[in-house]
Formats: sequence, structure tokens, C-alpha cells
Amino acid sequence: MALFLVNVLDGFVTGLLLFMLCSGLTLIFSMMGVLNFAHASFYMLGAYFAYQISLVTGFWIGLLVAPLIVGLIGALIERYGLRRVHKYGHVPELIFTFGLALLIEETIQFFWGKSQLPFSEPAALDFAAFAIAGNAFPAYKVFMIAVAMGIFLTLLYILTKTRIGMTIQAALSYPETVQNLGHNVPLVFMCVFGVGTAMAGLAGVIAGPVLGVFPGMALQLGSIVFVTIVIGGLGSLWGALVASLIIGWLQTFATAYDVTAEQVLTAIGFTKPEMIWDHPLQDLWTLTLPQLGPILPYLLMVIVLVLRPQGLMGNRES
Amino acid sequence: MTIASKTPLTAGSTRLISLSNAMPWAFAALFLLCLPFVFQSNSALTIMNQMAITIVFALSYNMLLGQGGMLSFGHAVYMGLGGFFAMHVMNMVEDGLWLPLPFLPIVGGLFGMVFAFLIGSFSTRRAGTVFAMISLGVGELIAACSVIIVVFFGGEEGISGDRTMGPPVFGYEFLTQQEVYYLTVVWLLLAALLMYLFSRTPIGRIANAVRDNEERAEFLGYSQRNVRWISFCASGFFAGVAGSLFAINFEILTEENLNLATSGSILLITFIGGAGFFVGPIIGAIVFTLLQTVLGLHTELWALYLGILFVSCVMFFPSGFAGLIAMHRRPLALGKMKLLIKPYLKVAIPAITSVLSLAAVLEILFHKRHGYGGDHEMHLYGIAFDSGGYQAVAFATIIAAISLILVSRVLPEIREAWDNANHAEDRA
Repeated sequence: MALFLVNVLDGFVTGLLLFMLCSGLTLIFSMMGVLNFAHASFYMLGAYFAYQISLVTGFWIGLLVAPLIVGLIGALIERYGLRRVHKYGHVPELIFTFGLALLIEETIQFFWGKSQLPFSEPAALDFAAFAIAGNAFPAYKVFMIAVAMGIFLTLLYILTKTRIGMTIQAALSYPETVQNLGHNVPLVFMCVFGVGTAMAGLAGVIAGPVLGVFPGMALQLGSIVFVTIVIGGLGSLWGALVASLIIGWLQTFATAYDVTAEQVLTAIGFTKPEMIWDHPLQDLWTLTLPQLGPILPYLLMVIVLVLRPQGLMGNRES
Repeated sequence: MTIASKTPLTAGSTRLISLSNAMPWAFAALFLLCLPFVFQSNSALTIMNQMAITIVFALSYNMLLGQGGMLSFGHAVYMGLGGFFAMHVMNMVEDGLWLPLPFLPIVGGLFGMVFAFLIGSFSTRRAGTVFAMISLGVGELIAACSVIIVVFFGGEEGISGDRTMGPPVFGYEFLTQQEVYYLTVVWLLLAALLMYLFSRTPIGRIANAVRDNEERAEFLGYSQRNVRWISFCASGFFAGVAGSLFAINFEILTEENLNLATSGSILLITFIGGAGFFVGPIIGAIVFTLLQTVLGLHTELWALYLGILFVSCVMFFPSGFAGLIAMHRRPLALGKMKLLIKPYLKVAIPAITSVLSLAAVLEILFHKRHGYGGDHEMHLYGIAFDSGGYQAVAFATIIAAISLILVSRVLPEIREAWDNANHAEDRA
């Protein structure tokens, strides 16, 4: 039971981290109709910038400054890159962001090399916050939960309760009408892109010490992020939250419980063949749940798409 | 021979095969058959085989992107699965199954098609972003499975085979690289011709219509989903053919043949070449393979250059290299190419200098940052110098700046010459 609780908390942290990426991506998608393939690359940029800044000033300044720089870069890319490609249509936009993802990865390798960087959590948070039956829960993870929840609540408040949020929501559905009412819609788009990428950058800063800072970190999370928002329903913020949490828990529990296929198969009455190393079904028998963990999100996506093509909470198909 | 047009779609092109259509193919065939007499070394043959495989793969990818409007991030799956099945069949041939090697690509192609049929059944419902995301997810799923299902995919070291064990064809056992080259080239021509003819059939034309306006195509009575599905299956077949050719050439397949990196690079190849043109992927595959093999020998930064080329291609010339060439059809038809030659020559020297010096800036910075053990001696373009100080970087930057200014000086002249060359009546 105690282990179960620890896993619930761990999965919650993973899910919230995923949601910080997905929320920005969903916002950008529902606003501009473009799926930002480079979103996870901005997450990686955030981690690298924070590392570089933390060498000089320590973790906390990096936490504040790195997302701002990432957001600024994002806004500039929207202004001078994406807007230029926009006139060709959505597919070239997607290809552009794909190219951007490649370019950012190569640029990062150009400056920081290919190896993992020693980016660790601040000393102030390097203690166990509480323990569940002997399993210590680090304070840094509590901090991660707090930051992610704080971001989510702020975003929700701004989008639903403030005038800026109203303008953004209106610009989502009727950009031309909003433009005619005298709002600067391209500027709104640029700001949303900037804020979305800044959130990805922030996620990178707080995830860096836990998941590691290396050139493959964008690729590691990138596909999962897309899968998450497809499962949640493209353009649905609540769907993104639900799907992020599901995937967070799915992955945590899959790695935590070492259930092997052999146990399951013997339990339902099959007998293990003698010559297992030479058997055509040997992979089925030697399969374990931690092995299956990485493919579960994709499997879930295929199932959701076959049963409910618009995603869990999406209300439109395209 | 002439075929009377039966549908409005073929109206106007009553002659199915005309001399002007057949000439490029005959020329290409002749060129490819003569190529081994010029480049005889095994490494050159390997590069050419690699190129041929990439061309088949890129053409099959363009059936989706260019002709069907489907952006796929997981096309390597069909090539990889086709290749893995072909490899297993090759191993069965070793155990006594009768199948001459030249027919192996058909087997791989059919398996590619079967998987395209299965996955296409749910992924082709929508085009655009949704299709792209599903293709990405499925691609990742199968790449991840390849590590788990060791019996079929061989785990991390992949599976290998021996192509020479099959029954000899006219006495050839495909022992030498040259025999494999001819096998690959024949399949390249065959596959390219079939894909070209597919794009001319009514279904190929309707795929274009669905790409441009799916709603209108629906009103004409065509199911957009089925049209996409059929294109998808055909594309899966040719991707499987490419995979089998890979299996024959390299005799080993690994997870790398299925993963996202391979799928991404085929998108890059097709787009750089020009997705809107049939020859685009061919140009892209040749350019990419040359960059990878030739540039890759000289610099570690080739992937960075490729990324820069790709992004600037999307931003500034989205119709790719083929589009750049096709732009000159009109001046050529008007007989005004000579107006353009002088400004082009004028811009060529500063443009090449600026590209080389910008690359030099990057190379020197990279060398400064990652130079091992304080070793700052560096060779670039045949010049040896010290990369430690600021002089080398400053020198390269100044040259780059000067040449860029020169380029920007010539640009108005090019624009004017371009306008003149594209107008029928002479303004001067």
C-alpha cells in the first residue's frame, strides 16, 4: 500500500510535468492550428539555458531567467519564421517546426556537446520532505508539483477570468472578427507562442535535474507529448490534463511492478514450454511489464483513435 | 499507340505513352547502366546503391506528401517492416525455399502493403495534423516493439542474412557489388516507372484532388478516406520494395531502419528536393546522400548544415530544388535565359564565398569549443592555422560580412533581370 502511494505521487509528478508541455502545445494548437513539433526542443533549450545560467548565479536565477529567454526566442521565431511560412498552409508549418526541432538539437550539440551535463537540484531542496512507510519523498518533487499546479491555476485564471484571456479565447474562434474590433491579433498570436514556449522552457528547467540534461531529452519526451494531446483531444486543455495524468501513472506503475508474462500466463492455465530459448513464442513468455512501459502510451493512442477518433475530450475531429 | 480517353480525367492526353514522355526514362536507364563503367570502386557502387534505395523510398514517400497531401512522420515503418520480412524470407531461401533474389522486393513490398492496409484503416480517416500525429505514434510504437520482439526484429543487433544462397539467375549469384548494383537499378527504374504511371491513373489524379480540396472531391462522389487509403497502400508497397533492396544490399536490418530519425530524414529529403514535382524526391535523395557521404567525411557539423538548409528551404523556397529549376522553364521557353546568365555569374562568387566563410566561422567556433587537450591547430580549406585566438574567427567573419554585402548589392540587378526574362515583350 505504501509503495502504491509513492507510485501515485511519482506518477502525479510525471503527469504534471507532461501537462506543462502539453498545455502550451494545446494553447498554440487551438490558436494557430499549428502543432509545434519543436515544442519539446524549447523544453530542452530551457534546461540548457538554466544550466548555463546556474553556473554563474545559482539555480534560482536560472529558474526565473531561462524561461524568459526561451519565451523570447519562441516569440521571435513565431514573428520571423512561422508567420512567413503561415501563408503556405498548415502542413508546411508543421514541416517548419520539424526542421526547427532538428536545428535546435544540432545547435545545442554545437555549443554543449553530446554528453550529459551535471545539472543538479538546488541544495535548499535537497532533503526528504516526508516519508511514506520508509520511502522518502524528495522535497524537490514537492516543489515540482507546486510549480506545475501554480502554473496551471494561473493559466486557468488568466484564460477564463481576465480581459486578456477573453481576447485570446475570442481570437481562437473568430480571429478576423477580433481583428476588426481593433485587437492586434498577430501580436496576440506572438505572445501566446512566446508564453507557450516559455512554459515549455520552465518545464525543462524543473525537469532537468530529475530527468537529466542531454541532447536527446527533446526526443525522449517529444513524441510522448504529441501522443498525449492526441489522446486528450487536440485543442482541449482539460483533455490534455487528463491524458497527461493517465500517461504519467501508466508509465510509473508499469516500471514499478515487475509483473512478468510468465506469471500471468501460468496463472490462467498455460504451461511454460521446456525449450523456451528455441520457442517461436519466447518473447511472449519473457515479456515483463517494465519492458512494456515505453510502448503503453502509443498503444493507448491507437486504441483511443480506433474507438474515439476525436480523443478523450475533443469535440471535433480535425 | 493511342488510347481513346474514357474519362474526363484523361481528356486531352489521349496518347498514353508519347515519345517525349519516354525519352527521359530511356535516357535515365542508359545513364544508370553506364555509370559503373565510370565509377568502378566498391565504395562508389555502395554509395550509388544507397542513393537508389533512398530514391525509391523518397518517391514512395512523395506519393503521400506531394501527391496525397499526407504528412507522415512514420514512413520508415513500412520500409523497415518490408525489409525485415524480406530478410526473413531470404533466410528461408537459405533453408530451401525456392525464390530467386530479384523477386525478393515483391515479397517485401507485399508485406509493406499489408501493414499500410492495416494501419491505414484508421490513420487515413483525416489528413493534415491528425494524420501526421497518428503516423508519429504508430512509428514510435513499432520502433519500440522492435526492441521487445526479439524473435522477429533481432533485438539491438538486428537480423542479418546472406543474399547469395538463392537459386542463380542466368548464372548470376549476386556475389559482387556490381551485380547487386544492376539488380538495384533495375528495381529503381521499375519502381519509379510504376509510381509515375500510378500518378497518371484516375486514382492518382483523384488523390491530387483530395489533397487540394477534400470537400469538393467528396461532392464529386469520391470517398476522401478511401482515396487516401489506396494511395497509402500503394506507397507502403514501394516503401517495402525499398526496404527489401536495403536488405539485399546491406544484408542487415536493425531498429534504425524503423525509427523516427529515418522517417524524419525521408521527409527532409523529399521536401528539400521538392514535394510538388515527381523528380523532386530524386533530386533530394541524390543531394542528401552526397551531403551525407562527402560532407560527412570532412566535417562533424554536416547535420547542422543540413538542418540550416532544410529550415531555409521551408522558409524561402518551399517548392524545393525541383521548384527552383522549374522556375526557369518560362525564361527558357521565351528564349531569354541569356539575360539571366550574367547576373547569376556575378552573384555566384560572393555567394559561394559567403557560404564558405560562414561555414568557416562555425567550424572555427566548434573547434575552439571542442578542441581536444588545448590543441588549437586547425586545417580548413587546405589552410593550417591557429583557432585559439580571436584572429581566425574575426578574419572569417569579416570575409563573410563583405561577401554578404556584395550579394545584397547584386540582388536588385538579379530581380530586374528576372522580371525582364519572364516577360514576353522586351521592355528595353
